[in-house]
Amino acid sequence: MQRIGVFVCWCGSNIAGTVDVKAVAEALGHEPGVVFSTNYQYMCSEAGQNIIKDAIRDYQLTGVVICSCSPRMHEATFRKTAAAAGLNPYMVEIANIREQCSWIHKDMPTGTEKAIILGRAAIAKVHLNAPLVAGTSPVAKRALVIGGGIAGIQTALDIADAGFDVDIVEKQPTIGGKMTQLDKTFPTLDCAACILTPKMVDCAQHEKINIYAYSEVTEVKGFVGNFTVTIKKKARYVDTTKCTGCGLCTEKCPMKKVPNEFNLGMDNRRAIYIPFAQAVPKVATIDPDYCNMLKNGKCGVCAKVCTAGAIDYKQQDELIEEKYGAIVVATGYNPIKLDNFDEFGYSQSKDVITSLEFERLTNAAGPTSGQLLRPSDGEHPHTIVFVQCVGSRDTSGCGKPYCSKICCMYTAKHAMLTREKYPDTDVYVFYIDVRTPGKNFDEFYRRAVEEYGVHYVKGMVGKVAPQADGKLMVQASDLISNEQLHIQADLVVLAAAIEPDKSARPLATMLTASMDTNDFFTEAHPKLRPVESPTAGIFLSGACQGPKDIPETVSQAGAAAAKVIGLLAKDQLTCNPCVAHSDELMCNGCSSCEKVCPYGAITYADKEFRMPDRTVAIRRVAMVNEAVCQGCGACTVACPSGAMDLKGFSNSQIMAEVDAICK
Amino acid sequence: MQEMMTAKAKELLQNGTVNRVLGWQAGEFVYDITPAVFETAEELDAGFVYNDFCGNNLSKYLIKESRKEGKVLAFLKPCDTYSFNQLLKEHRILRENVYVVGIPCDGKTDGETLKAKGLEGILGCVREGDTLKVDTLYGEKILPLGEALTERCKVCRGKKHMVYDELLGEEGELQGSARFDMVEKLEAMTPDERFAFWRGELSRCIRCNACRNVCPACSCEKCVFDNDASGIANKAAADSFEENMFHIIRAFHVAGRCTDCGECSRVCPQNIPLHLLNRKFIKDINELYGDFQAGEDTESRAPLTNYQMDDVEPGIVYKRGGKG
Repeated sequence: MQRIGVFVCWCGSNIAGTVDVKAVAEALGHEPGVVFSTNYQYMCSEAGQNIIKDAIRDYQLTGVVICSCSPRMHEATFRKTAAAAGLNPYMVEIANIREQCSWIHKDMPTGTEKAIILGRAAIAKVHLNAPLVAGTSPVAKRALVIGGGIAGIQTALDIADAGFDVDIVEKQPTIGGKMTQLDKTFPTLDCAACILTPKMVDCAQHEKINIYAYSEVTEVKGFVGNFTVTIKKKARYVDTTKCTGCGLCTEKCPMKKVPNEFNLGMDNRRAIYIPFAQAVPKVATIDPDYCNMLKNGKCGVCAKVCTAGAIDYKQQDELIEEKYGAIVVATGYNPIKLDNFDEFGYSQSKDVITSLEFERLTNAAGPTSGQLLRPSDGEHPHTIVFVQCVGSRDTSGCGKPYCSKICCMYTAKHAMLTREKYPDTDVYVFYIDVRTPGKNFDEFYRRAVEEYGVHYVKGMVGKVAPQADGKLMVQASDLISNEQLHIQADLVVLAAAIEPDKSARPLATMLTASMDTNDFFTEAHPKLRPVESPTAGIFLSGACQGPKDIPETVSQAGAAAAKVIGLLAKDQLTCNPCVAHSDELMCNGCSSCEKVCPYGAITYADKEFRMPDRTVAIRRVAMVNEAVCQGCGACTVACPSGAMDLKGFSNSQIMAEVDAICK
Repeated sequence: MQEMMTAKAKELLQNGTVNRVLGWQAGEFVYDITPAVFETAEELDAGFVYNDFCGNNLSKYLIKESRKEGKVLAFLKPCDTYSFNQLLKEHRILRENVYVVGIPCDGKTDGETLKAKGLEGILGCVREGDTLKVDTLYGEKILPLGEALTERCKVCRGKKHMVYDELLGEEGELQGSARFDMVEKLEAMTPDERFAFWRGELSRCIRCNACRNVCPACSCEKCVFDNDASGIANKAAADSFEENMFHIIRAFHVAGRCTDCGECSRVCPQNIPLHLLNRKFIKDINELYGDFQAGEDTESRAPLTNYQMDDVEPGIVYKRGGKG
């Protein structure tokens, strides 16, 4: 029989407000095996922990039940407390009477009754607890950064500067991400390329950084400190060790009509291409969807002109397997597709463009060499309408419910730069609210309104209709003067909402990292652990976690790097002792557990068994590698005979909890 | 067929390929066919039978037989081969100790089916075209095959063997089957109607464990119902909860591994249509994860112990209108 102590926490009024904590302590004091029961304002405080330590010594407790907040919050705290008093830390159970009780009940009798039931379940479990001892596992001193945008670049540089090896996996032929497509950056209007390309070069030249461009992660196995990742290097059909990036092939390739994704399809590139002049790595890539040689074996011009002999039409995808201690997700964002917003006429007129397309139209390396010209006729536009919140803060279901955060600022930037360069242009900005928190952000926006004379109109655009004369009829409402506006515009720019990259969801599945309903990665704690995924060893950098501008992304990238460095600096990690265990006498050797194990922790061996009739039988039985097992419990439910069980969460412990609740 | 099989068995015993034969022998009544192991030609002549009553699936016996000295000859009907493969996949049968002879099958009858047609004192039966001529104490009765065959044979999935070392007779073809018709009827019921249906059926359970003992998927070294530590061991069908839960737990345990051989319903002395529970699982698996037949091969991953990116999300149950 265990000697159990029960400690009921008030959590100030968080619990005590809706749960009669004295009545809970009193009721649980009468449960079998409970020799001590008390309550206190803050069990997690030093005084509260001392109550627990003293009781363990004075009452020779063999088990402890803490009725408090979620175990995610303070299980580790109370385990340490128990260990300090000489009790095995795994003899501590938490009954969550805050998140799962006081916070969701309004009246005291219901809350109190439920708290007693939850306490009783924890007591029932402690009766079956056994002391567990944690082992250790080594840490692979190498980090993987998935995504080579500004977030991934900054994280990789910071980790590498601390002396650890980093690999960047980028699915595009070059690193740099969205920032390479931007013209100027708010609020200081530095040129994006001027501040980004040196960092890209730093990555390429850093002896600790290895870039897998034009590559994808295809498989992730293992756990914190010991991930094994398979990376697919897609065939470029160009030997990157020989290509000098001279670009001759990209001028001679006869396939000229390939939409250029770098300029968002507003001009064309060749079938063999280098995305832009500052690409890293600066090597050519053949687009297999357009290359005549790859499609039907007729051409070979690039191979003829390449003096380095780098063209290799027979190149195959290559799979690389590497071990990592930590993985950083930096998969970034994309503007949403505008199919659901036909009222803005994006599909009907070339002169309705997205803000990212506007960036390209004003960029010196863009399709118009930086001249702001209408895509339809190449004329200079005199009236420009910017529409904010296209798909952001949208509760109709067509767009996204969240604020995309960056649009207010970049729209102010676009409006201001247009007025600066082309003072003869009328610029309208339609907004729901203007949100410009951030250092020097509001000043920036006010400059656009006050100094540059941009017409900010509170209200939404209802319709954009292309007209026969080439103009765009913009119908909108001005909510402040309470009137309908009809504006003859030459160009309409839509601030499309941003969403996580489509590659994020399958990646989250591979990493067993959680996501929210909008496919943004969730952080371990929204305030206190913002750059860590709840999955150990997975870290978050940049817009994959939520909409972010560049300053915020860079700060978060550095924070994620600091967390990775903290992990990689350790030689050993303490393992979770709550791992699976197979009862060999019951095991059928059927391999069900092996098939569902995501960590490859289960192997089989033929063992000799003495049978009841004194014969010896050789049976195939499962064995768990405790250093590899992460205690997910998938095997225990797959096992048809019930031979597999989880230490600390055994079937009998869980049944005892259920029985206690149903009593 | 029986002569051909006896001759084949004698030949394989004679040339040393096998040292014993797993087959069928007559029981107390002609329809009480019992599995048996024969070691000599004389034993085969004396006891081996293969007739319209030999429905028993012999695969499960190979778990023990394949672990004995020497090789055993197993005669497997097409539907038996699924169970054989499934047990191979689960590493329960040692393939190298079994010589599989595939035998054709054109459907079986059994005592219960004939008795349900009002026949008594059954002495034997022979096929005559599309009918079964049954010899009884009270004279000959002729039944159309559609009435004489067991339910599982009426919805036979095909005459093709999934595995064999040697085949007697011609290999058959897979065929379409209406085996889910009754499951669909149950699905169409209201929850109350369905509960009443299953209470009516399961309340007859006497907890004899015959269904578990015959089931090729129920072959655990130690069944949870025999395991004192499991908390559910050796309970009699004392109340409706026990009656219900025994069969539902069993259906869950064999989900994704059940080949729909139908032995559970065949051996049930209370004629409970237990196979319908399993077929509901099979139908759901087919609908949610694509068609899957346990025991079709020995390599494929069963949907319930496999994960693929395009697997349905849990919300699918609601999207399907909440049925099931």
